[in-house]
Amino acid sequence: MRPDPDALLERVRAEERKEKRGRLTIFFGAAPGVGKTFGMMQEAGFLRDVEGLDVVAGVIETHGRFETTTLLAGFERLPRKKVQHAGILLDELDLDGALTRKPRLILVDELAHTNAPGSRHTKRWEDVEELLAAGIDVYTTLNVQHVESLNDVVAQITGVAVRETVPDKVIDDADDIKLVDLPPDELLERIREGKVESFFQKGNLLALRELALRKTAERVDAEMRAWRAAHGIEKTWAATDRILVCIGASPYSANLLRAGRRMAAGLRAEWFAVNVETPSTLRLPPEDRARITQNLRLAEQLGAETATLTGERPAEEILRFARERNVTKIVVGKPRAVRWRDRFGTSFVDELLLGSGEIDIFATTGEAEKIEAVKPAKQPARPQSIGGYAGAILVVGTATGLGFAFFGRNELADVVMLYLLGNVVVATRFGFRASVVCGVLSVLAFDFFFTQPYLTFAVSDLRHIVTFGVMLLVGVVIATLTQRVRDQVEVARKSEMRTALLYAMSRELSRTEGVIPVMRVGVRHVERVFDAKVAVLAVEKSGAIAVEHASDELDPPITADTGVIQWVTSERQNRSSTRGLYVPLPSGVLAIYADDPKKLDDPEQQRLADAFATQIATAIERARLGEETERARMQVEAEQLRSTLLSSVSHDLRTPLAVMRGAASTLVEDDEKLTNASRRELASAVLEETERLERQVRNLLDMTRLESGAVKIVKEWQSLQEVIGAAWSRVESRLGGRVVKIDVPGDLVAPFDGVLLEQVILNLLENASKYTPEGTPIEVTAHKRAGEVIVEIADRGPGVPKDETDRIFDKFHRGPSERTKGGVGLGLTICRAIVSAHGGRIWVDNRPGGGAAFAFSLPLEGEPPTAGELPEIT
Amino acid sequence: MSTQGPLVLVVEDEPQMLRFLRTSLTTHGYRLVESTTATDGLAQATARNPDLVLLDLGLPDLDGLEVTKRLREWSRTPIIVLSARGQDEDKINALDAGADDYLTKPFSVGELLARMRVALRHVAEASSSVDEPVFTVDDLKVDLGARQVFVAGNEVHLTPTEYRLLTTLVRHAGKVVTHRQLLKEVWGPTYVEHTQYLRVFMGQLRQKLEPDPAKPRYLINEPGVGYRLKLR
Repeated sequence: MRPDPDALLERVRAEERKEKRGRLTIFFGAAPGVGKTFGMMQEAGFLRDVEGLDVVAGVIETHGRFETTTLLAGFERLPRKKVQHAGILLDELDLDGALTRKPRLILVDELAHTNAPGSRHTKRWEDVEELLAAGIDVYTTLNVQHVESLNDVVAQITGVAVRETVPDKVIDDADDIKLVDLPPDELLERIREGKVESFFQKGNLLALRELALRKTAERVDAEMRAWRAAHGIEKTWAATDRILVCIGASPYSANLLRAGRRMAAGLRAEWFAVNVETPSTLRLPPEDRARITQNLRLAEQLGAETATLTGERPAEEILRFARERNVTKIVVGKPRAVRWRDRFGTSFVDELLLGSGEIDIFATTGEAEKIEAVKPAKQPARPQSIGGYAGAILVVGTATGLGFAFFGRNELADVVMLYLLGNVVVATRFGFRASVVCGVLSVLAFDFFFTQPYLTFAVSDLRHIVTFGVMLLVGVVIATLTQRVRDQVEVARKSEMRTALLYAMSRELSRTEGVIPVMRVGVRHVERVFDAKVAVLAVEKSGAIAVEHASDELDPPITADTGVIQWVTSERQNRSSTRGLYVPLPSGVLAIYADDPKKLDDPEQQRLADAFATQIATAIERARLGEETERARMQVEAEQLRSTLLSSVSHDLRTPLAVMRGAASTLVEDDEKLTNASRRELASAVLEETERLERQVRNLLDMTRLESGAVKIVKEWQSLQEVIGAAWSRVESRLGGRVVKIDVPGDLVAPFDGVLLEQVILNLLENASKYTPEGTPIEVTAHKRAGEVIVEIADRGPGVPKDETDRIFDKFHRGPSERTKGGVGLGLTICRAIVSAHGGRIWVDNRPGGGAAFAFSLPLEGEPPTAGELPEIT
Repeated sequence: MSTQGPLVLVVEDEPQMLRFLRTSLTTHGYRLVESTTATDGLAQATARNPDLVLLDLGLPDLDGLEVTKRLREWSRTPIIVLSARGQDEDKINALDAGADDYLTKPFSVGELLARMRVALRHVAEASSSVDEPVFTVDDLKVDLGARQVFVAGNEVHLTPTEYRLLTTLVRHAGKVVTHRQLLKEVWGPTYVEHTQYLRVFMGQLRQKLEPDPAKPRYLINEPGVGYRLKLR
């Protein structure tokens, strides 16, 4: 069975991350006093003495024990940080000091410790995370009761609940766990000796010991499984279990989560923690809503995948989610109190059971830390205004009055209708409470005014009781329904607002090109919506974090939140630090820093952040693809140009070769048949074609060299006359009788590369020769003008068409008559390249009287040398 | 001088090139020795003592510069280097190391023969005891004994430096003289990098000697290489 590639990748990534991180070793024990701190220092001491490792003691709690204190003396001590709190001076780990000191290994006792307020992190394990991220190895100690998932079990055993816990993830991610075990008898002995203060009994100790052993064994098991998975060994367990835990605002949810985790661990299954938001949960008091968020956070810490669903009916939503994700077991809390509503309809659990199908439902109580009264009824979020009650009274009064006016005491049914109508009005206008009050008042009014005995609250006809009851009932139902409608409207409104914000950003993003502009737009919108500063961070595979784009004046606290950021990137889930919210993007993180970070914990806001992040991620992807497409398109164009060149070159090299081959072969094969004249003619043809071919090849080579940057321009002050003369000598024989008039002052000098410029003038002369009739004159002039030298080569040929004066210098440009003359059309391009490289310009004008005048400029920079440097010889 | 044609050592690895050289040179009365590697070429040079060496610069085993240096250690035989790459540094270095002239491929047989003739003539003149006191080409006359220069019969006054420059070129008449060589022979080894200033002097010389300085008849500039006093 092949290993799952995603899991493998995760393993590799985890390995990579591990390499950069420091190694965490936890000295784990069942209870205080088993010798964790001592054992830790013994190990560290060994490394220090034998291997010469740089070890520093960050925080060591000796509890006054003699052996521990003695060992401590052998270590370099990092001075503690003193923190003032509530009038007491507390000693804390000096985190910054440790990071500056950067030892290879640091000893930090009591991983579960809570730091004093004002420290950078709330918990010491967070400090340790930072140390590890900085590449420092850490040794630490931990008792079994501080393990998050075991917390309530331990409380059950010992009867004492422990506040300070460490998330399971931290322990799971530790590189090594060393179980420091002491048989309970020995431990008790130590307690008696006064070496350890403890409140444990032997039975407790046994149980705790077992827990600690089990936890360690679990870890070994996990490591073995991981090894097996990486090596593709057939899984032997039912890996298809997936567990879902339903959580709400209840404090019992926490226990439920821990139970869920244990179940998931035991079954080696994935698990989810899900909260359903209904219209009613919107109206929960803030403490309850905060608790929901806390529970979700806890679930994440325990290793669950969390989700928040929305809907009217929680059971339905949960089941739908469960089906989508192939959940096999659902865990819910057993209801504490039976609610009156449940008597009339199906409870949440019942609904779940009914719809569960093949999914197993587990209802568990979980273990309680302390009993807290669960609020049975939901309080409305909106306070009822006095005006509402007044309105209710008014309406009832009006209804009564109207009743008398229109119907009198005989048409009681119609009167009831009036009261009901009044109830509807009050419900829609004034809300739930006013509506209930209205209902009650309606009944009373009806009783008082319309039923016998009149003007009393007594009732003579008992059938009226039914009427009263129905009126009341209908009134309440109306009130409830109207309230629900309003709540739904509220939910819809919020949803609509969310959509509108997203739409605004989406619209702008769709118009934006380029990756950085897209990020800029995204950041701006998120800034506005969340009223926060925002940054887009890129996270490499190596774990390096870079800021791709950020709000103005924002310096994202990358180093401080490195761990969180990397976690978010790899786990692809939201996570908050004390500084801000981090939302995963395709290859990085969207960081939102609000003034009040708590605001971002709201599930609503989290969902919004997710939605924005998704949009931005898509837009970035699109922009990236767009840029790639552009690059590809340019490549295609370059390819096309290249193939044009190839076909052109192919033609222009083959043509002279063809002639040469033809002529030469004739000379060879038909030697006897040829006359001397023919022979001479053929040989001449071959000679001429070599010249043409040579020019072709030279141009091609020059062009290639110039383009590849292989040519270095060596500028020296030289005489224009000299270089023009040199070019002329070379080309003189090929000018076909054309007279070249050279008018260049002998003392005109400029800085240029002689070899390259000779090439330019040669090309221009050849060009002039090619496009003018034989015997026509060519004029070469040069003069100085305002900081540059202008050289002109003019002919009396047909000139250059107006619209081609620029294009004529382009690659492969050929005039209409060029088909017969051949030439790839590179000669002028080469001239332009060389002249440009000198900092000059080249152009062509038509002369008055006919003909083309090609000219180029050379800038005059610096001072020409006089002969002064070379001494006169006597 | 022997009645047979001069012995030419051709060091060239391209077979077709050899074929062409063999055909054209033997047609013109030269005797040939062929080598396809530098090592063999050097051996042949030692064994046969040719009158002229045609040396291809793109040989497989040694570069032309190295061959030139080794030959020049014990021989004054004229060497003409054949270069396939137009801007070959090797070419200039070989010239500075003692090669007499160069040809850039592709070249015509006429060019080749002209250069060979010039090179051989210099040898002949050097070996004869009579020093030619007067050098003439077209309208230019240089009287080395009287230290006078005439253009179309008119005396031209040259500064000592210009004269020295001219006579250096005359001494190598028909052959290319690299900038370095010129600077060294006129001003000495200290000034071998002063190419720009050399040009100034050459410009002055051209002004004085050439009927149309823009279209030089005698003092040919070969950019990147040096100067040549052109014979007819």
